[in-house]
Amino acid sequence: MIQIEYLLIVSAVMMFAGVFGFLTRRSTLAILLSVELMLNATDLNFAVFNRMLYPDGYEGYFFALFSIAISAAESAIAIAIMINIYRMIKNIQVDELEKMKW
Amino acid sequence: MNFLSLFVLIPLVMLLGLWLARDVKGVRAVMVAGSTALLVLAGYLTITFLGDRAAGATEEMLYTASFNWFEPLHIKYSVGVDGISVAMLLLSAVIVFTGTFASWQLKPLTKEYFLWFTLLSLGVFGFFISIDMFAMFMFYEIALIPMYLLIGVWGSGKKEYAAMKLTLMLMGGSAFLMCGIFGIFYGAGGQTMNIVEIANHTGGAHAIDFSQQCIWFPLTFIGFGVLGALFPFHTWSPDGHASAPTAVSMLHAGVLMKLGGYGCFRIAMYLMPEATHELGWIFLILTGISVVYGAFSACVQTDLKYINAYSSVSHCGLVLFAILMLNQTSCTGAVLQMLSHGLMTALFFALIGMIYGRTHTRDIRELNGLMRIMPFLSVGYILAGLANLGLPGFSGFIAEMTIFVGSFQNADTFHRVLTIAACSSIVITAVYILRVVGKILYGTCTNEHHLQLTDATWDERFSVICLILAVAALGMAPLWVSDMITTGVAPIVDHIHASSHVLSTCNPFN
Amino acid sequence: MESTILILLLPFFSFILLGVFGKWFSHKAAGLVGTAVLLAVAALSYATAYTYFFDTARTAEGVLPTLVPYNFEWLPFFVEGLSFDMGIMLDPISVMMLIVISTVSLMVHIYSFGYMHGERGFQRYYAFLSLFTMSMLGLVVATNIFQMYMFWELVGVSSYLLIGFYYTSPAAIAASKKAFIVTRFADMFFLIGILIYGYYCRSFGFEFNQAGFAQGAMMLPTALFLMFIGGAGKSAMFPLHIWLPDAMEGPTPVSALIHAATMVVAGVFQIARLFPLWIEYAPGALHVVAWVGAFTAFYAAAVACCQSDIKRVLAFSTISQIAFMMVSLGVCTEYTTGHEHVGSLGYMASMFHLFTHAMFKALLFLGAGCIIHAVHSNEMSAMGGLRKYMPITHITFLIACLAISGIPPFSGFFSKDEILTAAFAYMPAMGWIMTAIAAMTAFYMFRLYFGIFWGTENKELHAHHTPHEAPLTMTFPLMFLAVVTCVAGFIPFGHFVSADGVAYDIHLDWGVAGTSIVIAVASIFLATYMYIGERQPKADAMAEKFSKLHQWAYKRFYLDEVYQYITHRIIFAHVSKPIAWFDRHVVDGFFNFLAWGTNALSFQIRGFQSGSVQKYAYVFLLGTLALLAIMALA
Repeated sequence: MIQIEYLLIVSAVMMFAGVFGFLTRRSTLAILLSVELMLNATDLNFAVFNRMLYPDGYEGYFFALFSIAISAAESAIAIAIMINIYRMIKNIQVDELEKMKW
Repeated sequence: MNFLSLFVLIPLVMLLGLWLARDVKGVRAVMVAGSTALLVLAGYLTITFLGDRAAGATEEMLYTASFNWFEPLHIKYSVGVDGISVAMLLLSAVIVFTGTFASWQLKPLTKEYFLWFTLLSLGVFGFFISIDMFAMFMFYEIALIPMYLLIGVWGSGKKEYAAMKLTLMLMGGSAFLMCGIFGIFYGAGGQTMNIVEIANHTGGAHAIDFSQQCIWFPLTFIGFGVLGALFPFHTWSPDGHASAPTAVSMLHAGVLMKLGGYGCFRIAMYLMPEATHELGWIFLILTGISVVYGAFSACVQTDLKYINAYSSVSHCGLVLFAILMLNQTSCTGAVLQMLSHGLMTALFFALIGMIYGRTHTRDIRELNGLMRIMPFLSVGYILAGLANLGLPGFSGFIAEMTIFVGSFQNADTFHRVLTIAACSSIVITAVYILRVVGKILYGTCTNEHHLQLTDATWDERFSVICLILAVAALGMAPLWVSDMITTGVAPIVDHIHASSHVLSTCNPFN
Repeated sequence: MESTILILLLPFFSFILLGVFGKWFSHKAAGLVGTAVLLAVAALSYATAYTYFFDTARTAEGVLPTLVPYNFEWLPFFVEGLSFDMGIMLDPISVMMLIVISTVSLMVHIYSFGYMHGERGFQRYYAFLSLFTMSMLGLVVATNIFQMYMFWELVGVSSYLLIGFYYTSPAAIAASKKAFIVTRFADMFFLIGILIYGYYCRSFGFEFNQAGFAQGAMMLPTALFLMFIGGAGKSAMFPLHIWLPDAMEGPTPVSALIHAATMVVAGVFQIARLFPLWIEYAPGALHVVAWVGAFTAFYAAAVACCQSDIKRVLAFSTISQIAFMMVSLGVCTEYTTGHEHVGSLGYMASMFHLFTHAMFKALLFLGAGCIIHAVHSNEMSAMGGLRKYMPITHITFLIACLAISGIPPFSGFFSKDEILTAAFAYMPAMGWIMTAIAAMTAFYMFRLYFGIFWGTENKELHAHHTPHEAPLTMTFPLMFLAVVTCVAGFIPFGHFVSADGVAYDIHLDWGVAGTSIVIAVASIFLATYMYIGERQPKADAMAEKFSKLHQWAYKRFYLDEVYQYITHRIIFAHVSKPIAWFDRHVVDGFFNFLAWGTNALSFQIRGFQSGSVQKYAYVFLLGTLALLAIMALA
């Protein structure tokens, strides 16, 4: 039996890897991957808590599935936006994207 | 639906008609029909009102009606009129009517101009028929917004600056006002927005807790005072008036500024009598300053519209001054002054607009000898000037005399000194009026370009003559209008006096 | 007495008719309408006067009753006892004023036919004359002080309009403005006086026997004195007289009507109207009025001796004569006519002088108008030797000069003698001062007379344009007024007008009368000696010797310059300008600063919205951690 702490450590590492990637990477695609990483970390948490603490319930699994669906949709939109941005400025580096300000 | 709502419905129908109108002719037809209908309606209302009062109708508000609008906040669309509102409605109708003729030949975007103009008058009429605070506030805002576009698009000179300044300052006033209104609403128990109900709540004076009154009274008074050109919140007025197109100046100085005095009296003072006694002196000093200060400022201005705008500051200051004198005579005088100033200043702005339309300058240093060139406009200007300086036979005289007699009934030194200071404004008024008349109308014209100019056209003459007749009629036969106004003023003044509040020590004049 | 309302309404309608529809009238028609209306008004006034003085029963005490045919509430004030009424009140002085006003106004209407012939704005001129007549009549028949104030303002405006009749002349514009503003300034005090009076006495009316008056007694002197300041403005008392000489810029008939005979005596009339109050509650203030009057009389007479513009001389003479009336009212010490009549003699004398002065001063002005019409100049240098060209003007002018100098049997002698008697009764010093001023009057009037009709003829000018006698429309009023001046002195004035209304006979005090005649004749001889010749070596030598004094008197002691300084340098430059500056830069600057500040602040903080997603995320993360830390600690 794997202890709950190990699983949570994995998910925490994934989470902070995602945060770190989100803050440091310049490529929009990499940022999207980081976001996915964070989402996966939370999915893992949902599953772990459900499995380990409340084995009788299913809400955690449901939420994990729900979240996976959202992240799929979200990636699709994000990639669509990126393609559009790429068409406009031939680039998807975030520091080039300053049109949003003011 | 009672017939007071027609004052809002007719402008709405006019808006629709203007929207559908295809050319300038159609626009003019709609405007003439609509404004005439409003004038007739106001006349009918006056006659009916006087008839009903004579027949013994003693309710504070006549022809009341009420519809739920937003239940959770107890907001209702409630209408009703007393003597003061009838007078104000009549004034507004006259000015909308004459304003239509004064902007008969307005050129670019005629249709849009009249659309906004009608919306402005809708707000004004709605304000005067409402007795629900929230509805009043809403109509007030409706009247405000078109100002921005009317000045910004059709104005002259630094119009963008002026439009922005006017709107922002008045909106700033609205912000105070809204705090005040909600303060009153919750302070009075949060049960009703209806003014009469709040005033008579739990048997009269103590609807709102005294400590709360002292917060909401200044907010409400300043909120309306900004519109009534209370010193030091008056500076939007010279710039705004100077830039506004003719009919907008007329409506704005003639009616919109009266909303200020009306609101101060009807909401701030009526609903918070104790705070009025407690804090009134602060505002009395400010209005006293307005009266003298506006007059002195007008003496050295060189732009005709600035002169008139400062003169309005002085005269509207007198309105607020008179209502704060808190007796029936001075308050009746205040309403008379609102009427009289509304008509006179509309006449003035109409004439200035017409002169400006011909000479393309309003600088008194560049104008001279206009009497020979445009006798009609010049004679009109002299009459307006004489009316403004309080010549007997015109409305200014009766209003000022009523105010002075009323103010003088307060026997303490503080009020006496202020009254005498206010009396001095009649001399200063004479100085700046005669200075302008002497400079621009008399003498010989030295500007060759001006020699070719023509006198007023028929529509301009019509509008000027209507206003002069109104001013003269009010000035020659003041009895009926004074009696009508006083039926509205008396209950409010009695209500304010009924609150037997002992002044605290922070009032230096108790 | 019901027809009296027409006296007010007829001129009003003719004003509206000529003022609004004047464009469509020919000059002749306009003049005829105006004159016809005035004829009717004069006829009505005479009828009223006849009925009032001879057909109305006196009360048991022998007092003429006060009739009020009309009185209605015009504007309510909602204060106990106070309301603005309009009505007509007939009592001896108002009926006397009706006669004066309608007579002089009628003469001026007729005269203007000739004088204003062919002038641009002829219809307007007659409209204004009607307006003035209406207002002045309304003033004298007022039933209460507020109605009086209202018409008081209206006469001020008509005076403004008529002085500025030649509106293309800068001098006329300035003069009309000055006249209006100075009188308006004085009217402010009048208004405050009315307010005090109304507040403390609980009445604006002229019935002075009500209960309220005793309680207001303390404030009445203040109120009355403030009202007197208003009257001093209209009646050109020192130092508010400065507008009257300038007002001569108006057409000469206007000067005759407004600035000599009627409007300028409004101040005197006002004191006479409130006389019972003055004498009972404010005798001290009344004597102040007398001294103000005495000083003004002296000052104006001194200035009149040195002026060269004939209308200015007459204007200063008017100021001086009105001051005589003021003195006469001011020296009264009791209300009842009593045994010797002396304590209240001044009241009757003042009204008598008002009456006679109106006639002979109008005559002088109309005569001056004929002269100006003939030589096209106001300056004495353009005149001289006119007696052979203008015989009628010459004779009538001489009659008026004799009247104003106080030579019997002309009217001025009788009224002035009563004034001097009253002054002597009050205080011998006052009597001697007034006698001396009367002598000065005789001197400057004959200086004027000799300067115009004798003396050096301006041959050059007269060859160029021969002076001629005026047409009949102009000479008829002269002759009419001259006849009145000759006979008016024999009217038993005391039978009609006296302080308490009881009739009495006027006795000439031959001690006073003799002195004044001797002094007047001596002055006339002095003037004859100095001014009758072709040259005036004596006068020139005097002017040379006292050149400083002469210069000061000629410049009217520089009072105009003082006022100019006060209004322009102090009020305009040091009050109005700073206020306007303050408004634009401080008050408005504050709001502009507010707008600017908001704008600047938003520029400062807009940097936070950098648009860089990662920066947002970074801030977000930090914020989350900070919140967590707070929650953990709390």
